[in-house]
Amino acid sequence: MTKFVIRRILVSIPVIFAIALVTFMMVHALPGGPFDTLGDRPMPQRVVEMMEARYGLNEPIANQFVAYIGNLLQGDLGVMYRNPSQNVNEIVNQTFPVSIQLGLLSVALGLVIGIPTGIIAALNHNSIIDNAATTLAVLGVSIPNLVLGPVLILVFGVYLDWFPIAFWGADPPFSFYFLPPLTSEFWTHAVMPVFAIGTGVSAAIARLTRAGLLEVLSEDYIRTARSKGLRERAVVVVHALKNSMIPVATLMGPLLAGAVTGSLVVELIFAINGMGRRFVSSVGQREYFLLTSLTLIYSLILIFGNIMVDIMYAWLDPRIRYD
Amino acid sequence: MSEKTKNIVELDSEPVSPFAGAMREFRRNRLAVLGGVFIVVVVLAAIFAPVVTPYEFDYQNIQQNRMKPLTGYDISETQAERCHWYGTPLEWGCTVFLTGSDGLGRDLYSRMIYGTRVSLSVALVGSIIALSIGIVLGTISGFYGGRVDNIMMRIIDFLYAIPLLPIIILMQVYFQALGRQGINTGIGGRLISLNQQMGGLLFLFIAIGILNWIGMARLARGQVLSYKNKEFVEAAQSVGASDTRIIFKHLLPNIFGPLLILETLAIPGYIFLEAILSFIGLGVNPPIPSWGSMINEGYTGLRSNPHLTLAPGIALTLLTLAFNFFGDGLRDAFDPKLRGKV
Repeated sequence: MTKFVIRRILVSIPVIFAIALVTFMMVHALPGGPFDTLGDRPMPQRVVEMMEARYGLNEPIANQFVAYIGNLLQGDLGVMYRNPSQNVNEIVNQTFPVSIQLGLLSVALGLVIGIPTGIIAALNHNSIIDNAATTLAVLGVSIPNLVLGPVLILVFGVYLDWFPIAFWGADPPFSFYFLPPLTSEFWTHAVMPVFAIGTGVSAAIARLTRAGLLEVLSEDYIRTARSKGLRERAVVVVHALKNSMIPVATLMGPLLAGAVTGSLVVELIFAINGMGRRFVSSVGQREYFLLTSLTLIYSLILIFGNIMVDIMYAWLDPRIRYD
Repeated sequence: MSEKTKNIVELDSEPVSPFAGAMREFRRNRLAVLGGVFIVVVVLAAIFAPVVTPYEFDYQNIQQNRMKPLTGYDISETQAERCHWYGTPLEWGCTVFLTGSDGLGRDLYSRMIYGTRVSLSVALVGSIIALSIGIVLGTISGFYGGRVDNIMMRIIDFLYAIPLLPIIILMQVYFQALGRQGINTGIGGRLISLNQQMGGLLFLFIAIGILNWIGMARLARGQVLSYKNKEFVEAAQSVGASDTRIIFKHLLPNIFGPLLILETLAIPGYIFLEAILSFIGLGVNPPIPSWGSMINEGYTGLRSNPHLTLAPGIALTLLTLAFNFFGDGLRDAFDPKLRGKV
């Protein structure tokens, strides 16, 4: 197992390198540069040249890329052109924990709502409860967070005035980098954005749990368990549940990655200072290093999620062996 | 319906072909039928948009901006003439804002109806691209196996690690910057001018189609693998059928249906993606309405004019809901084995 994980990590290295290359090229291919404008007016040509020389932007792109990779290996993500008082590392340290908190809390909400709902629906197969749950789940996956965000703001922020309608309730640094603080300010701010993402996540998890449990409940070993006189609860909890979680586990990685990358829209709607919002706002300013680094972090999350899936697989289903 | 009664129904009735049986199963699923009907209605609305809307999507009536839904509307004679329904029995519609008007005094209902064109064309083109690239690559990979398969799967694994949304955002920024530069020569120039004529849709199609075939390629490969060793393929091989013939005559007809059904379930994703891009301002060129850009225009004034956000938002939700119900129903009726795969 350890060997497998190590191999997966090693295989990911060229992938990360390739993504860095592609993104770096793409970002630099964008017409225009970071020093095109000064306020609303175009920057004088001579100043542009001077600035580009200062940041090495006039060098061949290959040299720039090699230098960037060299810096990356030393943990230096690069500088901000338009805001030299900050570098990309600082911005990542400000925004990444927030996005991770948002993503993790959403997936946690998805698990807390989705798994019980899916189990209840499957155990009451074809009953009113089941139909209601499945219909609700389709509704849940169908509401885009682009719509759910404003609706939540309108209902719970404006009309009911229960929760603050914008911003994240705490700023990094957090304890252990991303642990949410236990202040009421944090949690009241977190409720609406987390629900905006978590609703879709819980609906997806509920559907998967239900389908997985239904499939497992029709297996022979469940019939065996029942026929040897086990109580229904023991059959479900001990025999069925763990195996029915396999499809859910396989989706956890992509879901977590999707929740973190997909938080972009929610971060914009709720004005949360996360990676997605920073990404969108710096596209126009051609912050090459920031754009490449944020994309790299997103793909690291994706790769991490995919490796997690394989580990979960092996843990839940001992028949699967990676050797 | 329990397992028992279902069997009785089937015993009582005449023998039916698999297709007719699936159709019957589908019709029994009311939500799926409802979803299908809604999709048809939206398609018709998109095609006949000029007939079913009172105003052009870009017609501004500045004096009557940010009107609430279902409010009356005073228009002068000249403005009335811009109304499509003027002089018809529907003339009352010219003076009533069904879903209100936006910040520039454009009729929100008309813009919503025209907005279906963007969403539906993205849905259509997105699925055509995903199906065609995905099926071609997946079939080749699954059928020939070996080294081809290995390379293909490595590429797909690599593409899976690419964060879709940020990359698509970068691509759209690139395309839009190119469009503003106005290159007029060569293929690039032709593409750019075509894109301008299409109101920015072409680049949106490219951005949405470029990576969304990955899932489809995997599914197609899996389907081919499951059919490749079946007896009928072996039989065809033993009478000397060529690979092309086996693929086109024996494999594709079997795998196309299930893949088409699964693609229906991917459509909401394309519609979301377009809405997100338009919301950020990277979608179709204004003033062409898209639900995403309408939400963006509306949500800054959410408190005072919620209808500007809610109207396109509800439309977006209903359409994705319809596609989900419809696709779920199709899958359950035609190929219940596919449950849980998407």
